[in-house]
Amino acid sequence: MKFLHDTIKKIEPNFEKGGKFEKLYPLFDGFKTFAFVPEHTAHTGAHLRDGIDLKRTMVTVIIALIPALIFGMWNVGYQHYLALGVADQMTFLDNIIYGSIKVIPMVIVSYAVGLAIEFAFCIYKGHQINEGYLVTGMLIPLIMPVDLPLWMLAVSVIFAVVIGKEVFGGTGMNILNPALTARVFAFFAYPSYMSGEKVWINTAGSESLVDGYSGATALGHLANSGTLPTDTQATYSAFNMFMGVIPGSVGETSTLMILIGAFILILAGIGSWKIMLSGVVGALAMGGIFNLFAQYAISPEQQAFMAVPAWQQLIMGGFAFGIVFMATDPVSAAQTERGKWIYGFLVGFFAIMIRVFNPAYPEGIMLAILLMNVFAPLIDHYVVQGNIKRRMKRAETQLQTANA
Amino acid sequence: MSTETVDKKLVKESEPLFSKKNRKLLSDPLDDNNPITVQVLGICSALAITVQLKPAVVMSLSVLFVMGAGNVIISLIRNLIPQRVRIIVMLTVVASLVILVDQVLKAYLFDVSKQLSVFIGLIITNCIIMGRFEAFAMGNGLWKSFLDGIGNAAGYGVILIMVSVFREFFGTGTLWGIQLIPESWYMSNGGFYSDNGMMLLPPMALISVALIIWVQRANNRKLIEDK
Repeated sequence: MKFLHDTIKKIEPNFEKGGKFEKLYPLFDGFKTFAFVPEHTAHTGAHLRDGIDLKRTMVTVIIALIPALIFGMWNVGYQHYLALGVADQMTFLDNIIYGSIKVIPMVIVSYAVGLAIEFAFCIYKGHQINEGYLVTGMLIPLIMPVDLPLWMLAVSVIFAVVIGKEVFGGTGMNILNPALTARVFAFFAYPSYMSGEKVWINTAGSESLVDGYSGATALGHLANSGTLPTDTQATYSAFNMFMGVIPGSVGETSTLMILIGAFILILAGIGSWKIMLSGVVGALAMGGIFNLFAQYAISPEQQAFMAVPAWQQLIMGGFAFGIVFMATDPVSAAQTERGKWIYGFLVGFFAIMIRVFNPAYPEGIMLAILLMNVFAPLIDHYVVQGNIKRRMKRAETQLQTANA
Repeated sequence: MSTETVDKKLVKESEPLFSKKNRKLLSDPLDDNNPITVQVLGICSALAITVQLKPAVVMSLSVLFVMGAGNVIISLIRNLIPQRVRIIVMLTVVASLVILVDQVLKAYLFDVSKQLSVFIGLIITNCIIMGRFEAFAMGNGLWKSFLDGIGNAAGYGVILIMVSVFREFFGTGTLWGIQLIPESWYMSNGGFYSDNGMMLLPPMALISVALIIWVQRANNRKLIEDK
């Protein structure tokens, strides 16, 4: 650490005003503050500051994502061998190795492309590097199917960073969650690589698949037939869905690992437990409504889907991942405390509604979060206005009692 | 849909046909005062018919004709139109011209006409046309009105063509219906490429127009707003 610190100090003059690489200062500053606590001091306003800055906040989220990432790698390998029918002979390590060969390139592409654009914008505009991409870059590979070609991932990242973030002014100014912007772009631009049965399990180049092979996710099956199959290689028992041993996007299958992440986020005070809790309540509410009204469904498939127990909706698809890591994004979520309850509830509510009612979009959480991202400022506005009105009223009554 | 307030420009004595002022009438709408990117008018048709280049070009030419001729007609009869019914008179003029265009397209370019379907008829409601009639042709002479009409229609057409080139190329790999990206690149033929389906959806037209606005505002000093 001492060596690193000395080196940074030594090359620093090159990057300051008048130095050789003046233009690259944002880049240098980015790396320096990534390694060490920033030396910047506040010039105006309050000088009382928390020890945790944006960069360290982001790193905490990444730590919270690691369980899901490692499990995702294992599951990619496991599902692959399961589809080949040789899962019994493979060790834990085999699965991890196969998975990392598939997943690590996705992570690298996501970071390389995203950070390159961020750096380009920073140098062009001459402001500090935005740390926001550290988390986005990790989230994007985790919410994509493993078979997505890497260049499509790169295009989606470019779209997310430029349209989702930079046009609004960079980190902290975006309306939509950038990671979900990437996914929604890929989803609409390359639908055949983002949904269906073929993309969730990597089976390229392997012909000898097991009988009854199906690569569809739990939600895919439910949207098609309303029931979870029992004759495929993957078993969709509630326990398996909770543990995450099912096909799906890389990091979102395991509710358990996501719960560990949620625990870290809440403990560190970074993710809002209000959003997570109210999101779960919202999903249970919508699921419960569906359970009650299942007999009025328009088709038998939909009836079966609506009759799925409400709590099972929580462990299927990307609901858990979305509500823990995406809906709680401090920038695009509602800011006010009461607003967070409303926002979270509606995210969960709409996620299940879209999931069940629209078979073309089996994953409702993505669209639900993006929709509520757009509505978050509106929710905040009414919460703030309501607060102002209430306090004005209180002040008036106090004034009246004082006068009387 | 939207009308601008009448800004009456005083018509001065004779000046050369392509004086500096007149040239400005032509060039202004192309960049500094573009009807789509600066005034944000005529967006609806820009979204609807820019999936392919061919309909976009036909649409631009139709608007060019309607706007040039319409501006001239309105300018000629501007002193005869009673103020109270002027909008109806303008509508009549533009509607007759649009019907003319529609019939010609049906006769000579039937497939494109099919593709454009209702949008040729909807030129009548194009905000740019009514806006220019109201804001310019009602207060200016024949030649100036003609230049203004051509200029604004060209400004509209330029954006339409830019957006449609972008969308057609990335959305279907073609331009003017000609395959530009080799078939062997596609994944169905063992390649690596796939068309971007989002380009064909209307939101992408909005996003491409927004990107054009972004680039334009970043480069054109006159459009940079005061902080």
